[in-house]
This record gives sequence, C-alpha cells and structure tokens, in this order.
Amino acid sequence: MPFIPHTEQDVREMLAVIGAPGIEALFDEIPAALRVPSLAEVPAGLSEFEVMQLMQSRARQDGRPLCFIGAGAYEHHIPAAVWSTVTRGEFYSAYTPYQAEASQGTLQSIYEYQTMLASLTGMEVCNASMYEGATALAEAVLMAVRANRRSKSARILMPRNLHPHYRAVALATTGNQGVRFEELPYERALGHTLPSSLAPFAGQDITALVIAQPNFFGVFEEVDALTDFAHAQGAFVIAVVNPTSLALLKPPGSWGQKGANIAVGEGQPLGCPLSSGGPYFGFMCTRMEHVRQMPGRLVGRTLDLDGRPGFTLTLQAREQHIRRAKATSNICTNQGLLMLAGTLYLALLGPEGLERVAAVSMQRTEQLARALTAIAGVRRVFGRPGFHEIVLALDRPAAPVLAALSERGIEGGLDLGKDYPELGPALLACATETKSAEDIETYARALAEVLRPARAA
Amino acid sequence: MSNIPADLKFARSHEWIRQLGDGTAEVGISDHAQHALGDLVFVELPDIGRALSAGEACAVVESVKAASDVFAPVAGTVVAVNDQLRHTPELINRDPYGGGWLLRLRAQPSSADTGLLSAGEYGTLTAEG
Amino acid sequence: MSLPPREKLIFEYSRPGRGARAQWPAVSAPAVPAVPAELRRTQRPLLPEVSELDVVRHYTRLSQLNFSIDTHFYPLGSCTMKYNPKACNAAALLPEFAGRHPLASAASGQGFMACMYELQEMLKAVTGMRAVALSPLAGAHGEFAGVAMIRAYQRARGESERNEIIVPQAAHGTNPATASMCGCIAREVAVGPDGDVDLDGLRAAVGPRTAGIMLTNPSTLGVFERRIEEVARIVHESGGLLYYDGANLNAILGKVRPGDMAFDAIHMNLHKTFSTPHGGGGPGAGAVGVSARLLPFLPLPIVAREADETYRWLTERDLPQSIGRLTTFAGNAGVLLRAYVYMRMLGREGMRRVGEYATLNANYLAARLTQVGFDAAYPQRRASHEFILTLRRQAQEYGVTAMDVAKRLLDLGFHAPTTYFPQLVSECLLIEPTETESKETLDAFVAAMAQILREAREEPERLQRAPHTLPVRRLDDVRAAREPDLIFKSDAA
Repeated sequence: MPFIPHTEQDVREMLAVIGAPGIEALFDEIPAALRVPSLAEVPAGLSEFEVMQLMQSRARQDGRPLCFIGAGAYEHHIPAAVWSTVTRGEFYSAYTPYQAEASQGTLQSIYEYQTMLASLTGMEVCNASMYEGATALAEAVLMAVRANRRSKSARILMPRNLHPHYRAVALATTGNQGVRFEELPYERALGHTLPSSLAPFAGQDITALVIAQPNFFGVFEEVDALTDFAHAQGAFVIAVVNPTSLALLKPPGSWGQKGANIAVGEGQPLGCPLSSGGPYFGFMCTRMEHVRQMPGRLVGRTLDLDGRPGFTLTLQAREQHIRRAKATSNICTNQGLLMLAGTLYLALLGPEGLERVAAVSMQRTEQLARALTAIAGVRRVFGRPGFHEIVLALDRPAAPVLAALSERGIEGGLDLGKDYPELGPALLACATETKSAEDIETYARALAEVLRPARAA
Repeated sequence: MSNIPADLKFARSHEWIRQLGDGTAEVGISDHAQHALGDLVFVELPDIGRALSAGEACAVVESVKAASDVFAPVAGTVVAVNDQLRHTPELINRDPYGGGWLLRLRAQPSSADTGLLSAGEYGTLTAEG
Repeated sequence: MSLPPREKLIFEYSRPGRGARAQWPAVSAPAVPAVPAELRRTQRPLLPEVSELDVVRHYTRLSQLNFSIDTHFYPLGSCTMKYNPKACNAAALLPEFAGRHPLASAASGQGFMACMYELQEMLKAVTGMRAVALSPLAGAHGEFAGVAMIRAYQRARGESERNEIIVPQAAHGTNPATASMCGCIAREVAVGPDGDVDLDGLRAAVGPRTAGIMLTNPSTLGVFERRIEEVARIVHESGGLLYYDGANLNAILGKVRPGDMAFDAIHMNLHKTFSTPHGGGGPGAGAVGVSARLLPFLPLPIVAREADETYRWLTERDLPQSIGRLTTFAGNAGVLLRAYVYMRMLGREGMRRVGEYATLNANYLAARLTQVGFDAAYPQRRASHEFILTLRRQAQEYGVTAMDVAKRLLDLGFHAPTTYFPQLVSECLLIEPTETESKETLDAFVAAMAQILREAREEPERLQRAPHTLPVRRLDDVRAAREPDLIFKSDAA
C-alpha cells in the first residue's frame, strides 16, 4: 500500500486499543446505503517506476517547441538555485505559518518578499500573495469598492487593451456583488489609451480606473495623465503591472501626483516556470492608509518574550478565519511556494540583473519584430514604444499560420482574432532574453516558408 | 467584578450610552466586551455627520483575535468621534466607560431608549453570560 | 536585554555592486532601452545585492527554522498533512511540462491534456459526481465556483431572489466569506450536542430564499453527519441545493462518495486529500465537481476527449451558461499534475486504504489520548480522520489553555494540532494524524501529550511560557498589530 506504513500486527494492536473488531467497524456510523463497494472505474495503482515511465512518455509526446508567446506568461531563465531551495522539504511541506515560532523560515522569507515587491512597485505595503494576476485584479476592484468611501457607484473603468482573460475573470468574480464595468477604447494606430478618452466620464461617480502598464499589446500607457485624471474625479487608480518591466519603468507609486492606490500583477515572470498556466502568484500592493481593506495575509516583524526580533502573521482580523462573512475576501490558501520562488529569483537577480533581463527582452522583441516584418505580408500594427511584446498584422488569417508554425516546432504567438477582430488578422508575439539570434532566425525562416505564395498546381 | 456606572444604559450587544445633558449622548463598549476582545489594536470610527438608525453597525473594534461591529444603541447623527483612539486604541481596554468612549450622537427627539438595559440589568446579564 | 535575530534579513547582506553574475544575461553593449523618458524609473528598487552563495546560505538557514511534514509529525486538523511523495514533484517539473506555455497549441499539449483529462475522470469516480472542472486555484476558490454555479442555476430558473446560504455554526470561515462574495447572506444553523446539524433548526432556516447549504462531511467537528440523507431532503424540498466542502474528504476517500450523498456541487482540496505540497501557504487546487443539473454552469476551461481520442479545451461555445473563467489560464496545472501522479500511484485500492487508515489512525490516537487523561469533545462518536480534544477542564483546574499545550508540543518536537478552529468548542485541539503516520509516531505523540498533562498539573508556567527551545519565544502579536512593521526600511531610504 503506497505511503501507508502499517503492518498487520500494527493494525491488530491498534484495533485492540480502540476496541473495534475490524477497520470496517470504524465506519459503522455511516449509513450502509452510502458505502461504496469499490472504485472500479479508477485504474489500479502503479509503482513509482511505472508512473515516471508514463509521465516521461507523455512529456516526450509534447516536446519543447520554440516559444514566442507571451500574453501574460513569460519565459525567462530561472536560476537552478531557485527551485533547488524552494523544493527543500522544510519549505515545500510546511503549512501556512499559523504557529509562528515553528515557522520563522517561511515568515521571514515572506517579510523579505513584501519588502521587495513594495519597493519594486513603489508602494508602502504588499500582501503575501494572491492566486495570480487576474484574480488579484478582481480582488483589487472589490477592495476599491470597499475603500473608496467617496464613491457609491461601484463603476470601474477598464481599458479594452487589458488582457481579455483578466477582464473575463474580473467579471466572473465580481458579478454577484453589483460591480459595473465600462470599457475604455484604445487609440487605433498607437495602441494605448488616450487620456482624452476619459473625458466623457468627467464629473461622474467613478470608483476606480484600471491602468495596465504595459498593456496587453505590450504598448506603454501615459500613466501620469491617466492617474491624475482619475484622482481628480475622486476615483482610485488600480495599476496592473509586469514585475520585470518595473526594473525600467516608473513604478505605480510614482504615477501622477499621488501615485496609484493599488498595484497588482502577475508574479510568474519572477522564477515561476510556465507550466501550462500555473501555479503562479499574484502580487498586491497598496498604501498604508488602505491596508485594512486589503485581502490576503500580511507578515509583520515584532519582538518575542525575550526581546528577540521575530515574524508573525498580523492584521488577521480582516481575514476569513476570524471575520467570516465580513472578511475582506474568502482567500485562505494562497501561492506561498511560488512567492518564495519569486523572492529567491529577485535576490539572485538583484537590481542589475532584473534591469538586464528587462532590457535584453526588449531588445530581442525589437529584433524579432524587424526580422518578421522583413517578410512580405507582415507588418507592425502600433507605432508607440512598448515592452517585450509586439502586435503584428498578417495578410491572411492568423490561425492557420500559427498551426503551420506549430507543426514546425514553433509556437509563434497568440491569435488576436477572437478578442480584437477590429485589428484584422493579427498575432501577439514575444521574445525574452531566452531567445537567441538563431532562434529568431529560425522563426523568421519558418514564417517566410509558411507565408510563401502557394505554387500553381 | 467590573464597576458599571449607574448612569449608563446598555444594549444587549454590549454597547453603553450616556446622556450628556445637552441633547447629545456618548457611546462606547462595556468592560465585559473589551475583556472578551482582548488587547485592542485598531478602531474604525464613522464619519462625522453620518445619520444612524438604532442597531445600525457604525464602528469596528479590532483585536488580534477578533474584529467586532459596534451597533448604535439609538438613532441619531454622529457629532463627534474620539480621535485619540486612532493612536491609542488601548484606551478602550484601560477605561472603557470614560476615556475609551467611541462617538457622540445627537439623538433624534423621537428616539426612545426603550429596549436598553439599566446598569443593574446589564450586570446581571453579563454575570450570567 | 535585546538579543540578535537568528538570521539577518537578506538585505543586510547587500554590498553595492555585488550580484549573482552567472544569472544575468550578458549584454554586449550598455542597453539603452527605448523607454520614453517620462516613463523611466529614476530610483533603483530595494533588491538585494548579494552573491549566489549568500542567497543559498540565507534561505537554506531560514528553511532550517521551519517545522514541516518532512521533518515533524504535523497533526493539523482539517489540513491533512500527509507525506508529499517526491515523485509527484519530479514528474511535474519534467522540462516538457514545466516549460509548456499555457497558450501553446493543443496539438503540442496532448500529453499534458491526457493527464488533465484522466485526472478529471478519476476525481469524478472517487466523488461520484457527474463532471469535474480543474481550474479553481484553492479550496476557497472552488467554494466560490460552487456557490456561483448554484446562483446561476437558480437565476436561470427565475429564482434569483434565493440569496441565503445556510452554514452550520461550526463551519470553516471560508464558507460564510464565500457566501458574501457571491452576494449572499450566510444563515447559521446550530449543531447539536452530538455533533450533528440540528434538524429542527434547519427546517426553520430553509424557505423560498434558500439558495443552498454548505456542508463538510465528516463535519468540522470531526464526526460524520449521520442524518445527511435527511438534511439533503429538507434542503432540496425547499428548492435549495447542497454544496459539499471537501476539506475532510480524506476521511471517506474510497468509502463514501459525496455524489451518493445527494450533493449538487463539491470542491476537493487537492493539496489536502491528494497530497500536493502545502508550500508554506499554497499553492493549492480546488477542483469542483457537479451533479447533472449544474453541469452547464461549470467554470472554463475543461479538457474534453474527442471521438478520435485527441484532447481539446472546451470553450464558451460548448458551455454557453458557464459561470465563466475564474483564472487567467487553466488553473494550477503543476499542482494538478502532482495530484494526477499521486492518484495513479495509489490506484483504486490505494485510495480505499486512505480513508480506512486515516480513520484507523485517528480513532487509535483518540482512544490513547483519552486513556492518558484528555477529554474528547464528542466521546460517544466515532472519530473520522480527525477528532477534537477539549481542554476546558485543564483550563479551569490548572490555568493552561489549548494554545499553551500547542506551544509546548513544539518544544517536544511535534507541530501543534489546529487550535483556532472550530470556534464552537472551547479550548479545542483538532487533531488529524493522516494515514501516512506509523503507530510508533502516534505513540510518541501520546507520550509527549502525557508529559504535557503532567506539567500542566505540576508546573503550569512551563506551558504558559512555552515554547522554550525554538528560534524565537512567544511573539507579541498585539505589538505587531498596533505598530505594523510590514517592510524593511534601509537606512538609506
């Protein structure tokens, strides 16, 4: 029996102490009609060797295509020291640090994480992670509704050039709480949200404005003008940011005159493998004045009985296990292990390393854009500078092109046709520091082949 | 055994109210309540000018182990809040019936304090509880 | 006397210009990125400038300050701290799985999708539900999905006025919090002295505004809800639906199925029952299962198998009434892979053993602890996979609390049981040994608890001031809340 250490003698002795004739007797309070005779549809168990054979075979089946997709999950080099440390049993198999004295390793690392992310985002406080970027945004929306006392409307301005999945998650998560979303258009030639597009909302009761920097197209927004407009209307500003980009970009805490109220984003680029979409971690940062409205755990430094510094979960009265129906959120388990990976990643990269990753990724994407737009039928869509992603228009539908590239072992980008039909056939491509000049050349050659005019039969 | 000032009335939810004689009344939480909550770490007070109905949640007192709503014992408009509690929430633990007051209301002329307990009745209630 | 900490903060190792250079991309020329001047960052963030050895040594030393399953018996009730098999991690981190982009073509993800599909099928089989969705990211997230599906179902039937969710008094805090997030009001019903839901109270609580009931079975009190069939009847007859909180599934895995208990929606905690790592606070995975009537409302995405045995992702076109997308991509895929490997290693027989041996261990531990002098909260009931001791008597006689006992256990090399929950039982210890612990480990725990009982009688201060031997003594959490110190501020800042 895998992982169950009992011998037959153990079982006999234990039953004798309990005073039961057999293990089945321990289930005698359960109505007989509910007892399951067997789990016939479940396959028989496998040894570790057999299951690893199976998994390796499935992994080989999927292989490792050359990946130029971003769209919210980014391939970066993850130092080996990150996961060798994170998978140490003392981190991997520990629980949430409710018994602080027995969890100082976890608690101190969270405090360090909070410090790093607060500084990266230019905010005053950071929580101990949300599930991922989209749910962090949804929680930020609910937090703004709670915390913005001057606003009663629960109306949220959300740009059309925000990640479509983030929009979908925000809707699905807040739908039952009376939140209303209004879409802001983007400028067709440049790809960003014009501050003037906010003018129709002047004088109205708006609870919050969401600003994504960079936006889903990779393009840079005019964050200062947008932030100042929102604040002039009494609205909160919710920043949705890429953490790698913050090595180069002005952080949300410095946007406009007063800085954003809440900053959230996807932490995956910091040390989390792509892993088909998860586990990642969401980060959420805010100002101290809003801290009691922020969901999620917080670690604080304090002193113990002997005056020694130590760390503990704090401000827990806002959380579900105490406040219950009135909690700031129902979140309990978060993404602790991934937050630790992010902490290790940032400690290893440091400010210089993170800057280089950001800068080199931007360079590679520019090189990719040049190589691909040199092919007939491929052109850049937006004229404004951006981070490490680019929207490219094609002269034919994107889906078959991407399928043909996939057959050649290249995942060329994301088809934007479903979510942005107004762009015509277009794809969103990304090249990070992991893509060499040869990789880019490989993609360009393959795309040129795929787009070559068909020969007459 | 706590000393419950005789001039106070109490709600069953452990708030007290003291008439100040000028048409306003002072509201706080009882010694029994502060003891149950433990060391208070934060108090959230209503905005001045807010109109409250009787029984409406108007403040939150937070300790390490709980965050409890405070309910208005009578209807009225908030005319003052105890700003000292922002920095020194432990005033409520130290002096729940005096320096630990939470807010002052201008009660509606029509709002009666029927349904509220006298000091003696509240003492009996909490001795049994 | 102010003592130094055991381990400095990583920032305190920083030296300007130091860094783990082997991890930086080489740059051939100073990169002047094309960031418009008004958007450029002007001050570097406070990130450590340390060597790779500094990082490895610092975080390794931090790890050594932790209790974990790999190092300690960890009988945290309701958390199911069973052994996390290393093979699960090895499989999930195979480069082809770890490196796969969530939006890569389905054609290049058939191996991964096969695992997801088979996981869906196995979870259906062990829970007796009609369909499973894997995307919720934690138990609470699964609860949200479940209640949202119930509301969507009722809205579709023109019954959107149903906005009350019934929860037992002893329910986990996430239950009422979830109700609020779904725009519902939580109505509590009492639990009787025998641990079962009070049926009269339930009959009084249901009505035309009932959306449903959220139940854990076995309950949070560690006992099986014996009249579950009657509970189901009462709620269904009022037009409400039944939601199953799967936190305690370990007790009945392979023995009883929530689907057979007439639950309409369930969530499973894969990080509990299916042994994915707790990670110091996640990641989890809260897969949801539904009966036929809720199937149209499942959250997306879900993997389907076509007639030609290829796999594809279902979309809004397949499930137009879906409650929508609850996460950016497909869920905590790496966690799901770990759960899949675990279930494949256990197989049908292994899963039956889980319920049996988790229950055997709990009943054995309960019997031995009551023999040495502790009081069970529900002594007349069978323990499920967990049970509650109440220290009310010891609190009165010796002035020691459940928290004191918990802290002293840490000194004796055991992680404490759950103490903050359920709030219904005063001075409680909720103890869940799990099936992966040996009889010797349980006996050692009993010996430690017996010692603590002796100390309670003879020198209670030893418990009240515990722990004594850990890296820190008891921490001042009042100070932590009154004077929040939540980030390190360097002197330069």
